Amino acid sequence: MITREPEYFPPSRGPLGRVGRSVLFWCRSVGQTTILLGASLSALRFIFTRRTRGEILGQMFVCGIKSIGVVTIVAVFTGMILALHAGIAVRDFHQEAYIGAAVIKSMLMDMGPFMTGLILAACVGSAMAAQLGTMVVSEEIAALEIMSIDPVRFLVLPRLVAMVIMTPILSFYTAIAGLIGGGVICTYLLGVNWGLYIDNAIEYGGDVKDLYVGLFKALLFGVLITIVSCHEGFATKQGAVGVGAATRRSVIISFLMILLVGMLVTGIFYY
Amino acid sequence: MIRFEHVTKVLGGKSILDNVSFEIDEGEIFVIVGPSGVGKSVTLKHMVRLLTPDDGRILVGDDVVSEAHGRGLEKIRERFGYLFQGGALLAWLNIVENVALPLHEKTDMPRDEITAKAREVLAMVGLEDAGVKTPSEISGGMQKRAGLARAIVRNPEIVLYDEPTSGLDPVTARTIDALIDRLRKEVGITSVVVTHDLHSALSIGTRIAMLHGGKIIELSTPEQFVKSPRPEVQNFLESQFITKEGSWERSL
Repeated sequence: MITREPEYFPPSRGPLGRVGRSVLFWCRSVGQTTILLGASLSALRFIFTRRTRGEILGQMFVCGIKSIGVVTIVAVFTGMILALHAGIAVRDFHQEAYIGAAVIKSMLMDMGPFMTGLILAACVGSAMAAQLGTMVVSEEIAALEIMSIDPVRFLVLPRLVAMVIMTPILSFYTAIAGLIGGGVICTYLLGVNWGLYIDNAIEYGGDVKDLYVGLFKALLFGVLITIVSCHEGFATKQGAVGVGAATRRSVIISFLMILLVGMLVTGIFYY
Repeated sequence: MIRFEHVTKVLGGKSILDNVSFEIDEGEIFVIVGPSGVGKSVTLKHMVRLLTPDDGRILVGDDVVSEAHGRGLEKIRERFGYLFQGGALLAWLNIVENVALPLHEKTDMPRDEITAKAREVLAMVGLEDAGVKTPSEISGGMQKRAGLARAIVRNPEIVLYDEPTSGLDPVTARTIDALIDRLRKEVGITSVVVTHDLHSALSIGTRIAMLHGGKIIELSTPEQFVKSPRPEVQNFLESQFITKEGSWERSL
């Protein structure tokens, strides 16, 4: 049951009471998010129903196609910055030709998934939290529950599947766009031949492991952003102010989780 | 059909329902009246377990709704239609799609039959021309009527109305009243109506309950209700220019 009863807590006593209450709320929020994830995974059996398929395609359009502009701009500039920094580091050794390898490796492993995750958390996750929060406030979620329509299957599942599909695709796209951005800098600023830059990127750049670790990270980020944002949306209280607060919290928590989980995955696969 | 047994509910540290017991019979229009914030909507939400009582229990037929979970709760809820105060229509669907949603999700009816049924119910509430519009493109009153169409599209046994006529012009309000009355007479739907509007309550109600201070202080037929000796009831009646000697008479 997503619809929650109004809660009332008497004022906490002293700073210790406030800290204790914050810790309890945090633990409860983690528990509720985990339960939502479990409910979403158990709803996966409805993935091939006609309505869910249509919703998934709609959500893929929202989180994929509608985000592609900002993803492209950020990715190209990230690649350019990486190339500039790598150029400073290697130009004394006249190894500028290998900048392509450095750019593609870092874009595949880390920068691609991170940039994609952060952009989707800010653009798509916040919109999810705001939409679901508004639905809670206007009693649309309660209406769904009374119609015996499971809000997790109806609302969370299509978003989750769409994000799981689109985040790795966008992450790979980000890596390629970053490589192109880096190539522009190498060609026009550092004097490296475009062909040589690409050849070295393919020859010495990321290997298969970098690719699948990066894609796996992106997939995890997609799950995290969706579940955190949907949970924050469903937990909205206090009208329009609550919707704003839920949106803000969803972005902050998603950002922190992306950084934390990204670091953990790198640690697990490379150390 | 619906039975409240010693139901107690505290919200925000304040007692909203205090040992409330009553029973709603099949096929009646049971109206709950009372001032704002007295717990009318809270009472309604308990019937479909959007709220759970702190004490006591609520039965729908032989099912204890206040203790139901999962599939059991779903089955109980499928017997209900619910009209929310604001309509609670899904913003990204048009009106026909909103009304058709319960049929799409919970039945195996073919698409064209579902659409035809949705349009038929929309015509019942006078919204035959609004089908392709989204909720943001129609007025609040039309949203409420669309919400009513959605509530009754699956032919529920019981329909719960949360302030069905608030914010509506008098003509539309009386149309909604007439529709609620018609659903009882023609289809035998049991209705529970929460309202401030005493004219509406007296016109359509088979029985009227007044909530005050967490308790039901009056539960009687409209005729007895206007003659109640309780000062709280008389004050409430007088606030809407209805007196014992009465200019009031049943209009439906």
